Amino acid sequence: MPEATVVLDAAAIQRTLTRIAHEIAERNEHGTEVVLIGIPVGGDHLAARLAKILSGVWSHRVPVGILDVTMHRDDLDQRVAPAFHPTDIPFDVNGKTVVLVDDVLFSGRTTRAAMDALNDFGRPKRIQLAVLIDRGHRELPIKADFVGKNVPTSLDEKISLRLTEAGAAQDEVLLKKQ
Amino acid sequence: MSWTKKHLLDIESLTAAEITTVLDTARGFKAVGERAIKKVPALRGKTVVNLFVEPSTRTRTSFELAAIRLSADVINFSAEASSFKKGETLKDTALNLEALNADFIIIRHSAGGAPHFLSRVLDAHVINAGDGAHEHPTQALLDAFTIREKKGRIAGLNVTILGDILYSRVARSDIWALTKLGAQVTLCGPATLVPRTFEQMGCRVTHDVDEAIRDADIINLLRIQHERQRKTLFPSIGEYTQFYGLTKARLAKTKSDALIMHPGPINRGVEIDSEIADSGRSVILEQVTNGLAVRMAVLFLVNGGKAPPEVV
Repeated sequence: MPEATVVLDAAAIQRTLTRIAHEIAERNEHGTEVVLIGIPVGGDHLAARLAKILSGVWSHRVPVGILDVTMHRDDLDQRVAPAFHPTDIPFDVNGKTVVLVDDVLFSGRTTRAAMDALNDFGRPKRIQLAVLIDRGHRELPIKADFVGKNVPTSLDEKISLRLTEAGAAQDEVLLKKQ
Repeated sequence: MSWTKKHLLDIESLTAAEITTVLDTARGFKAVGERAIKKVPALRGKTVVNLFVEPSTRTRTSFELAAIRLSADVINFSAEASSFKKGETLKDTALNLEALNADFIIIRHSAGGAPHFLSRVLDAHVINAGDGAHEHPTQALLDAFTIREKKGRIAGLNVTILGDILYSRVARSDIWALTKLGAQVTLCGPATLVPRTFEQMGCRVTHDVDEAIRDADIINLLRIQHERQRKTLFPSIGEYTQFYGLTKARLAKTKSDALIMHPGPINRGVEIDSEIADSGRSVILEQVTNGLAVRMAVLFLVNGGKAPPEVV
């Protein structure tokens, strides 16, 4: 049984998302050109929750999309084919400020793949990155604009998340020793 | 996700979970085909060889487009213009292609088991695009995909396969795939083309077409392969149409939401009435679209698969 520490519980996740939403609002004053795009699995739920909070802050609906980055990964030769989730971006990204939302920022390779994948849908005016957890160990020159919590980790540790789209009492972020 | 196989040789050796993995993956690829930019870089730098020793246009084109949309490089190798004419064996041809660093070999061959043979002598990924009367796995996967997409499920559905089943690799692969996924499969056609031995594969055999299609949710028509000299197996094409062709009168006696499928090429006025082929009940062209997504999924999945440990 690996030992697990709770990094964030359900209430802390909600507080953190509220803060990130306000930071996004602070950085993008009116928000009329902001769209959120979540990276599954995990980032899509977080994007939906952030959009809900931001819609309240800005008093208009904030568009949310889902972007699967599987096809743009650089490790497809080194592993069993990963699950491929449908992409759903029901709006035009050209000229928009796209906030990419991911659950955990680690090597940075998923973010790079996401930026490549986004190219196929248009040319956003700018791309910002929001993550719930930054666990360090970057392998690429990538940095998040909005971070929920910095969690120093060692490579043999694993961040495990239980997230729901609506937000439930069982939601939590755990740090596990492997 | 449960796909660790290095090759796609047949449906018989797949589990229901593996088949479902292909269908789920294909759903994502179908969405890629609907984008403005239909290409993804998953197989960039890989070489795919279409080794079609038996002629085919639609399957070869579908595989070719699937490989291109995954950013692989594709070469086509056909029997007519090849070294087979000069007496080279299949093994030597394949080894030559591998010496050119082919990563995937997609093979169609008139001999059942040819893909299995290649998978034992090559390091490349081997995909069966139809081997003799044995199997045509990607056709079965695209049929299953189409049924699941249209009906929302496969388990519990009644699927009737009607036509020339005896020598049909499509029928064999469909039977494996659909029974593994929980459908009830009924086979129907002239007794000479639909022998009772197929009951061993877990399906029902009948020679009464009206009874076979009455409760069907899916009617999958197979082409009468009249170029293969079937004179001894049934008297005439006209008689086949009269007794087994899907006519409007027959269709009127089926469930109103029963879908018509056909692997193509269709013979209008023979196994299917021309108006039915063009009607809303027919999903024949959607099968073609789905075939592309399914073949992209297969290429993508086997790329991550590894050879099983040698069995001694």
